[in-house]
Amino acid sequence: MKQTITDQLADLIRLNTSSLPDDIERALTTAREEASSPAEAQVLDALLENARLARDGATPVCQDTGTLTFFFSVPPRTDVDALRKAAEDAIVRATANGWLRRNTIDTLTGASIDTNVLPGEMPVCHFRTDPAAKTVTVSLIQKGGGSENMSRQFSLPDTTLGAGRDLDGVRRCLLRAAWEAQGYGCAPGILGVCIGGDRAEGYLVAKEQLLRPLDDHSPTPDLSSLEHRVLREANSLGIGPMGLGGRTTLLGVKIAARLRLPASYFVTVAYCCWACRRHTATLETEGGVS
Amino acid sequence: MIELRYPFTETAVRALRAGDVVRVSGRVCTGRDRFHKFLADGGTCPVDLRDGALFHCGPVAVPEGDGWRIAAAGPTTSIREEPYEAATIERLGLRVLIGKGGMGADTLEACRRFGCVYLQAVGGAAALTAQRIKRVIGVHFLQAFGATEACWEWEVEGLEAVVGMDAHGEDLFARVREASAARLEALGKEEA
Repeated sequence: MKQTITDQLADLIRLNTSSLPDDIERALTTAREEASSPAEAQVLDALLENARLARDGATPVCQDTGTLTFFFSVPPRTDVDALRKAAEDAIVRATANGWLRRNTIDTLTGASIDTNVLPGEMPVCHFRTDPAAKTVTVSLIQKGGGSENMSRQFSLPDTTLGAGRDLDGVRRCLLRAAWEAQGYGCAPGILGVCIGGDRAEGYLVAKEQLLRPLDDHSPTPDLSSLEHRVLREANSLGIGPMGLGGRTTLLGVKIAARLRLPASYFVTVAYCCWACRRHTATLETEGGVS
Repeated sequence: MIELRYPFTETAVRALRAGDVVRVSGRVCTGRDRFHKFLADGGTCPVDLRDGALFHCGPVAVPEGDGWRIAAAGPTTSIREEPYEAATIERLGLRVLIGKGGMGADTLEACRRFGCVYLQAVGGAAALTAQRIKRVIGVHFLQAFGATEACWEWEVEGLEAVVGMDAHGEDLFARVREASAARLEALGKEEA
């Protein structure tokens, strides 16, 4: 029997919640080989064993199953409301099956929304039309609250950081963000970064950078060299896994730039924990969703 | 590896030093944001936590038969409870806190004064931690706080953790924070 879109999205959630991406697992393995203390080694051993247990048992990698954020890339004239509805139904199912925690709170009343769904509002869905696309591609990211709380937005110039409106100013912001995160956001982390944009665009683009594989680098030479430099320098801070000290504080730095107003120069950092759960799938839509 | 078992004695807790690797067994209760605020607002703790352990944790709990299966569990960021924790340690007679990221000066002082330690569990290692939970003894405030924020009573076996803050005023996180701040300052002086 053909799988519905809801079935396919539920499969994607189950995969994403329980399987750490291969590149992240490889980076943690390298970090383990380079561990500088017994505490650092113990933490990384636990993370790797946990990754194996979660994958084998199809149970959540992390109990904070995060904000489910879908990035859909769709052919022209796709019925995006149908995709949103399918994502909502998939989440209701995934939550009932214990793949997702009851992780959604009504901000005003404090009540738990046990399905994790509010039609039209939760989950977060972004749609982009690709004129050349014949099929729907969807990337899902699950980012938890501990790391989300460590995300930052700087406005340059920032005199307390000695950060001007140039790439060295950006470097200072990124090192500051990595330092502030300490062990609160479950280091070793990944920085998704947007330079420029307005404040809202900055956070969106920064989060999207977290979808890039760890071995990917910016096509802009200046940004690519900044990515490498900040990664190297942050890993000399000695914060280490969980902030207990050690050699690996960040696994990656991914930077993009957007246009800005003359008056504004924002540096936006989406801090993601080591459990950066992201996967991409192409949906079988039987002649399209329209 | 040091074994700690409930009920935790003051002697066992005061023998621990920041950086020690431990395994916790016996009864552990969870309590996070809602739980701490409830106590601070004058609420009564539904479980006896004297010589007990409080875990900053919101699990993935799945109803199964008459009970619950804990599919995933792990520490949440502890610093959010800093405004409440010193008073909680004193009032409930806690000996062990389990969480992630460390806490502040008031909690460190309460640990020293009343004989309590802060343990860093491995953040995000939810499948591994769930394996250490052998039994759900009970759950409190399920309706009021929801399953994630509820106060769960668990029997655990061999839950791994590192002593982050001991009962002698030693704080591993503060040490790392200070050393990394010095390094950050040095990086700030490097050429663009």
